[in-house]
Formats: sequence, structure tokens, C-alpha cells
Amino acid sequence: MRMLITGNHAAAYGARLARPQVIAAYPITPQSPIYEKLSEWDGEGTLGGRMMRVESEHSAMAACIAASLTGVRTFTATASQGLALMHEMLHFASGVRAPIVMVNVNRSLAAPWSFWSEQTDSLSQRDTGWLQFYVADNQETLDTVIQAYRISETIFLPSMVVLEAFYTSHFMEPVEIPDQAQVDEFLPPFEPAFRLDPGNPAAFSQTVTQGQYAQFRMKRHAAMEDALHVAEHVDTQYQGQFGRGYGLMDCYRLEDAEVVVVTAGTIGSTARVAIDTMREEGRKAGMVRIRLFRPFPKTQLIEALKHVKKIAVIDRNLSVGQEGIFCGELKSALYSWTERIPVFGFVLGLGGTNVSPLHIRGALDFIERYDHAPAKPIFDIEGCNE
Amino acid sequence: MNRENVYTDLLYPGHMACAGCGEVIGLKLVLQAAGERVVAVVVPSCLGIILGPFPYSSFRIPVFHAAFETAASSAAGISNALLSKGDNETIVLALAGDGGTTDIGFQALSGAADRNEDIIYCCFDNEGYMNTGIQVSSSTPQHAWTMTTPLGKPQKKKNMVEIMGAHRIPYAASACACFPDDLRIKVMEAKKIKGMRYIHILSPCPTGWRYQEKLTPTIGRLAVETNYYPLYEIRNGEDYRITHQSRNLPVDSYLEAQGRFSHLTRRDSDAIQREVDRSWDDLNRRLK
Repeated sequence: MRMLITGNHAAAYGARLARPQVIAAYPITPQSPIYEKLSEWDGEGTLGGRMMRVESEHSAMAACIAASLTGVRTFTATASQGLALMHEMLHFASGVRAPIVMVNVNRSLAAPWSFWSEQTDSLSQRDTGWLQFYVADNQETLDTVIQAYRISETIFLPSMVVLEAFYTSHFMEPVEIPDQAQVDEFLPPFEPAFRLDPGNPAAFSQTVTQGQYAQFRMKRHAAMEDALHVAEHVDTQYQGQFGRGYGLMDCYRLEDAEVVVVTAGTIGSTARVAIDTMREEGRKAGMVRIRLFRPFPKTQLIEALKHVKKIAVIDRNLSVGQEGIFCGELKSALYSWTERIPVFGFVLGLGGTNVSPLHIRGALDFIERYDHAPAKPIFDIEGCNE
Repeated sequence: MNRENVYTDLLYPGHMACAGCGEVIGLKLVLQAAGERVVAVVVPSCLGIILGPFPYSSFRIPVFHAAFETAASSAAGISNALLSKGDNETIVLALAGDGGTTDIGFQALSGAADRNEDIIYCCFDNEGYMNTGIQVSSSTPQHAWTMTTPLGKPQKKKNMVEIMGAHRIPYAASACACFPDDLRIKVMEAKKIKGMRYIHILSPCPTGWRYQEKLTPTIGRLAVETNYYPLYEIRNGEDYRITHQSRNLPVDSYLEAQGRFSHLTRRDSDAIQREVDRSWDDLNRRLK
């Protein structure tokens, strides 16, 4: 069935199709329409699972963790301050290997107060042991939520599906809603071997020794490394069944590209327009939109980018005192490649400011003019401020 | 033989509580009365120590050692998960200390009470952060010494039973580890009811209260017999019942037995007696 819906509603449809048994949520702009849509279905009796209208995001995540350990599929959604409040529980969720799926709608963090798109909220949760998918449109939102359950429940780590405030969350697009029977076939019921069960008493997340702790940490890392192959495999299977696949990254006109934009989220859609125009002018421009941020697809990125001459990373986020976060991650990944490719870091679109095709073009023009990338992030591109 | 009073112990011996611990007595009684069809949450507190290190467990029931402030939200998550699987028989216990309940876990507890989650929440109140080395909590009584109130706590103890009663939950009660039958009966009463049930269990602590280990039963009984800590229950926020008629002993007998009150002047203890009398009258006025 094809429907004209927002990114938030696409997330809600994706979640309902996955048949979560416990959903715990708390309102926050711009995520609230997900919570409202799920509540509407709960009221109609078509949700399927139990809805917990909790008093904070911290409790939402705590409830999802405990429910997941009881052996049921769980879902929650949040944004910005709510995600930051959950921070402690994000480490906990991956530590107890609870395969929760959460949608985060990227929103700028206070202070000062702001409600628009910026990725710093989710990127600040980089080290919590969650998979992170950055999506570019509403269809990808729905599909990624379903894929994320399958991936998470294979490797027993939680997943965050990240869309952008308003650009994705409130924008309406035609979305293909898969049949429930097909999704059921793709995503079998969640049946973990270990769970809180009065018939089989066991203690979960006990105190451990230093050595045991180190072992648990390394196991979590190994599972995260497995996630790369699992995510690729699940995406291929999804494509086979539903006709839509996304890969770990979205590579656009990359084959013979010399100057390349690397970005994530909706800026990737904008970049396509700019690159098409530049290609018409005979310039060899291309784009990589990173979809899976954790685990970071290092070898796949080297493979995709090793032939290019220069890279412009466009980050809608900032690690204050350092640079854009995707830029830092990409530089780190490319360090193990024998050739040195100059990586120019642009920090654009902070606080939800617009990144137009003009900015993409401006960034690629800029890197063509210089042989060496500056150590500092570039915040302004001459002639691009509308 | 009357089988009603034969309980199965669901706490193994060899746990790691301090000698003379009042809390572990209360825990044993709660688990006896709750029975075997139980899933429990414990949060960081002395309970986490009693539970023991990986891969051992002193509990004979499934237990999740959750984050500090999440006793209520984690228990609610388990309860909803069980209900989603059609299991409305298993009892879900939230077991927390007074810091995890009256301070850091207060918001999650109030939220769970507001939603009338189907859990039994037991607060083991040893009147301070004893697990971390005797720091003040909002459940520490006025004038008591702790490592962070070396001159005595200026503020009064937070009254959690009244606060939970004010949430209009089906069942809220005070209990004490040193009144075993009263405590077990309250857990069994709670089991008969669905929705949010809260039991506040005074748990004398020789380590933090500064008294000899063998005095735990005496101290707990004195707390009740002086009306310093009355045993009662509140149903639906309005139906009050005192479950143990006290002997109205002078509060001095309770205070003088503990090192944490050794600095009190006559004026201090007289003030405490007046406060105890006032609270006792207040409670009695609420009885129907």
C-alpha cells in the first residue's frame, strides 16, 4: 500500500509492522507524532503491543531494557534532550545486550533552546554500544526500522534509527507500506535463549571483577564488528523480498569521481542535485552518504573512496573544540590506507540552517582550489550565504 | 500441622550482608511471602551486595540488577512484558534502598504509581546511603549523624508512606524487618491486589546507626514501640489502619541505643519526642 505520510509516521508504521510487544515513550518535539500515532493505534486496538506512557525518557529506556530482558520486542522514540537524558541507560542497554530499536529524531541540544535539525545529539552517543543508522527519507526510515530489528536480534545489540528534525520528521512523501505477512516472514518472533523467567531463575547484570568486565567489553566489540556483515546481509535479503536496499552507504556517481562530498542524512539528497548539475558541466563530482555510522564501515569506505583526489565532508554537527564528527571518523578510517587523500571538513547546517545545492557546489569548488586541507573546520563558504 | 506458616526460603545462606543486618532479614521475609512465581529488580544499594557477584546469586528467583534510579521503571517494564505475553500471575517485585527510592528513584516511582503499574515496590529503609559508606539521604532522620552530616542532619525525614498514599495507589504500608509476621502479612495482602503496591520497610543497620550487631531486633522493635516508626497501611489513599498497637515507650529508649544520636542534647531529644507525639496524633486522626 502506498501512502503520503511524514517521516515520523513512516517510523511509526515501521515500528508497528515489527510487532513490538512493549512500547515505552515520552513526548518531545519533533518526535511526538510517532508517540501520538502509536497511541492512536493503541486506542483503536490495532497496535498489538502494550503502550507505556512513562514520565521521562530515562524511564522509557529503563522499561524497554527490562522488558527486552523479559524476552519481548521493544520500541521507543526520542530526540535531543530526551536522548541526552537516556545516556546512562544507552550504555546499560548495550551492556545487557538488549536488542531494542529506537528512533531518534535529530534535534539541536540546549542551550540555547532550539528545535531544528542537528546530529550532535545522536553522535554524542557514539560510544554507547548502539548501532546508528542515518536515513535520508521517509521510505528509508520505515525500511530501516524493520531491518534494524532483524540486525539487532541477530547480534544482541540495540539500534538507533536516526532521522532529522522537520526535514524528515514532518515532511510528507509517498511511502510504500509493506504487507504485514511479508514483514512477519522477514522478521520472525523474538525468542531469546536467556530471559527473566520464574521457571528458570537467573541473575542479570551482576557485579563482575575487572577481568570479567574486560571480557564483556571485548565481546560487545566483537558483536559490533559482526554487525557490519549482518547489516549488509539483512539489507540484501530485504532488497530481495521488498525490492528496496540501501547498503551501508549510498554511493552516487562515484566510479570516476575526483572530488567527492561525504555526508549523512538529508544533506545527501541535496548533494545529488548539486552533483548532477556539476556532472552536466563535465566536472567529475560524486557523493557518499554514510548510512551506518556505528559500527563505522571503515574498509568499505576506503574501498569506495581510494580512487578519489579530494574529499569534502559536510557535517551538520560539531564536536566543540575539534571538528565535524563524520569528518574526524572518516579521517581516522582513511589513515590505514596507504595513500593520503586530502579531507576538507565543512561544518554546515548547524541548528537546522539550510544546506542548499549551492553549498555543496561551493564546498567542491573550494577543495579544487587548495592542495592541502586546513586542520580546522570550515564554517563559511564565500558566496554561499543566502 | 498448619501449612500456612511454612515458608520456602528463596534467599540462599552465604550472602554478603554485614553481620547483624536488618535489611537482609526483611529481604528474606519479603521473598518468603512473595513465593516462587516472582521476578525481581534490585538496584544499587546494600541489596546489590547481598545479591552477590557474577556468576553467583543469593536469590533463588530471577533477578535483574538494574540502574540505580530505575527500580520502578524497570519493574514496570518487566510487568508489561509479562502481561504482553499473557502472564498475569507472576509477581514483579521492585527492591530498592531508601536512597534509590526517596531520592534518585523518586521520579520513576511516582510515575509508576501514577500509572498504577502492576508491581510490588519494597523500599528497604536503613536511613542513609549505607552501601556507599553512610551518607545522608532524604530518609535519614533529623539530627542523625552520617559521614556527610557530621553535626547531625538538619532536615526532617521524608515520609514516603504518606507520599505514596497521596498517589491514591491501592496499597501502601509501613513495615519493619523486626516484626516478621506483620511484614509477611503485608506482602501477602499486597499479593491479593492488582496495581501499584508500596511497602516501606525500616531496616536497622548496625554499621550506619552505630550499635552492636546483636541489638538489631531490639532497635527495630523500639522504633515501633516508641511510635517513632508506626506500623500501618493505607488502602486507596484513604483507608488507614494501624497494624501494631505500640506500647508508647519514651523515644529516648530508641535514641540512646544508637551511636548516630549520641551527640543529642536534652533539648534535641525533647523536641524529637514532641515531633513523634504530633505525628502519632496526626496519624490517629486519619483512622476511620
